[in-house]
Amino acid sequence: MTIFFERRELIVPGDLLAEGDYEPGENVYKEGDKLYATRVGLLELKDGKISVIALRSFYVPKPGDIVIGDVVDVGVSSWAVDIRAPRLAVLRATDVIGRPFRPDKMELTKILSVGDTVIAKVKAYDRTRSPVLTMGEPGLGKVRQGRVVRITPSKVPRLIGKKGSMISMLKRETGCKIVIGVNGVVLVRCKSPEDEELLVEAIEKIERESHVEGLTDRVAKMIRRRKGLASG
Amino acid sequence: MMKWMAKEPVISKIKKRRIIQLISEGKRLDGRGKLDYREIRIEKGIIGTAEGSAMVCLGQTEVVVGVKIGLNAPYPDTPNEGILAVNAELVPLASPTFEPGPPDERAIELARVVDRGIRSSRAVDLKKLCIIPGRRVYILFLDIYVLNHDGNLIDASALAALAALSNAKLYGYQIENERVILDKSIWSPLPLQDHPVAVTLANIGGELVVDPCLEEELAMDARITITVNKDGDICAVQKGGPGFLTVEQVLEAINIAREKAEELRAKVLG
Amino acid sequence: MLADKPRLIDEEGRRLDGRGPADLRPVHIEVDVLANADGSAYVEQGNTKVLAAVYGPKEVHPRHLSLPDRAILRCRYHMAPFSVEQRKSPAPSRREIELSKVIREALEPALFLEYYPRTAIDVFVEVLQADGGTRCASITAASLALADAGIPMRDLVAAVAAGKVDGILVLDLTDVEDKHGEADVPLAMMPGLDRVTLFQMDGVLTPDELKECVKLAIDGCKRIYALQKEALRERFVRIRKEIEAGEVEG
Repeated sequence: MTIFFERRELIVPGDLLAEGDYEPGENVYKEGDKLYATRVGLLELKDGKISVIALRSFYVPKPGDIVIGDVVDVGVSSWAVDIRAPRLAVLRATDVIGRPFRPDKMELTKILSVGDTVIAKVKAYDRTRSPVLTMGEPGLGKVRQGRVVRITPSKVPRLIGKKGSMISMLKRETGCKIVIGVNGVVLVRCKSPEDEELLVEAIEKIERESHVEGLTDRVAKMIRRRKGLASG
Repeated sequence: MMKWMAKEPVISKIKKRRIIQLISEGKRLDGRGKLDYREIRIEKGIIGTAEGSAMVCLGQTEVVVGVKIGLNAPYPDTPNEGILAVNAELVPLASPTFEPGPPDERAIELARVVDRGIRSSRAVDLKKLCIIPGRRVYILFLDIYVLNHDGNLIDASALAALAALSNAKLYGYQIENERVILDKSIWSPLPLQDHPVAVTLANIGGELVVDPCLEEELAMDARITITVNKDGDICAVQKGGPGFLTVEQVLEAINIAREKAEELRAKVLG
Repeated sequence: MLADKPRLIDEEGRRLDGRGPADLRPVHIEVDVLANADGSAYVEQGNTKVLAAVYGPKEVHPRHLSLPDRAILRCRYHMAPFSVEQRKSPAPSRREIELSKVIREALEPALFLEYYPRTAIDVFVEVLQADGGTRCASITAASLALADAGIPMRDLVAAVAAGKVDGILVLDLTDVEDKHGEADVPLAMMPGLDRVTLFQMDGVLTPDELKECVKLAIDGCKRIYALQKEALRERFVRIRKEIEAGEVEG
């Protein structure tokens, strides 16, 4: 049983991570008794399971995920929503208005039309079909104002932070409202354009530096210094 | 977008498993051994309107090759050489997966691999096909016509091409008022100075087998075609298919191809 | 007019560009060079310059082109009209169509296509400047673009051509060496798994020479593989260094 890299070491696809009785976790595959990485990322080892936290990836839906996406098509009784997953998601009219629906295309566009941004929840997903969304819960719905920032989905946990430490810090330091979609789409709404610019910059910094420790402090310092400069 | 791509048929899982199982026991669907070709039938000179022709049946794969020889201006960078133009048609009647239209990537690959074997081996000496340097040369059209697709189109086509070239007539010419005109009353056999033969092997579940039939091609990981000239040297190689070959398989394939090429060559020329 | 064959290797075994027989040309690699693509990479190998972009996995239109149990991989190899001495028409040539196919078949074994049914992964390679080895540089770049797009891979795919020039077996042929040499042997592989995914030959070689070329190319691929890995790590390593050196805000 050997592991060839250290925890949090930078891994690239094809790297032979370990040999032996380990379990392959995220972004790792096993052939015979050899475990290989499938993506660029940082090595993680926990309870005999070897994973790679991806630094480059795309979103694959899971039921229960809160996602943010754009309506790209209107059908007879559903909309197609781009949630930046390999397949377009389906949002059925019944899952929006909360009651059985009579097909009438005009009515559908009155509720949501092409170009609308929505916060929705993944209701169902398996590889062979399109993801199905629902908006029939509190906190979900059409987005009327705000700005959208995109990050690599695997960095969403970093943006949230341990026990929400990063996102609480961002909200506190900027005074903005932030909704994070598991699919790497972040909605921000701030009181001023300057606050918004600063928050977007902070999010981009998190995206770029997520693999280097001490991130929360660095981001907090950057925000405070900028705000200090602005007021001073 | 990428309109030259083709759609392959689906093979049932039980069929695929059976093929792999049999091969691991050294057997094939039709009872052949791993290094056995299917029955080969060659008929030469079957198309009267062509200058050279042949039909090859490799099991149920049927290919006709017609050679037409005409006159043309040479290419600017080879003014002293004739022109060899190889084309392949996967005509719709040969398979449910062949659609009418311009050659798709399979037809283009097929033509280019057969071309490579003939060209690299200098089977046809293009310098001998020059009439007036820089002005007029013979152009040799080699058209591969697949009539039934049951796998291994490359080997069947290369054999048919060799057979067609071996009975091809080169017409004489007259020069009138500086114009070159073909004179069909005089002809000589097209000079052929090498006899390239293509041998294709498939990697199926880690085993190499020679001359895959269509179902074996659908079950295989990848194939490798090795074209061998009359001296036993290699004059073309082409790996195909969506899978891989191990390094050992690559080296082993080179050895097997040399042996099988001799057997096939004897069938065409003998 | 095809030039008279130049002397390609001198008495000391030096090639026209000064290299020894088993030397690679200088290789320069950059990853994530295009903003719109999901993944991208740029590779320079001597004077050959190629740019690769990956889009996907994404929905396929029209739907009947998609497969129900896996993603389809589509690949377009294309040479820019100005990439060669004699301007090349932008329309896809038969050579470009064949190369699009073999490049796709060189990359496919590295991907887990069955993870993304009913989608397409599109790979586009543009040759900006051609000086031999374009299909190999294309595979090297495309493989990095796939990794950059976050598409799971079994291994990277590295590629290089070996061949025979003036009777000597050499690695990484330039255009003039390919045109005037005795044989050109492009090869691509997943070096971590010892799996060959592209293997072609044009020219004439004895079986032993061909086997030697295979070994030469495999060795070249392993060297390129190391450069690919370094290129993927480079950006992250650089950012970490900048932070540790205090050159970054915060």
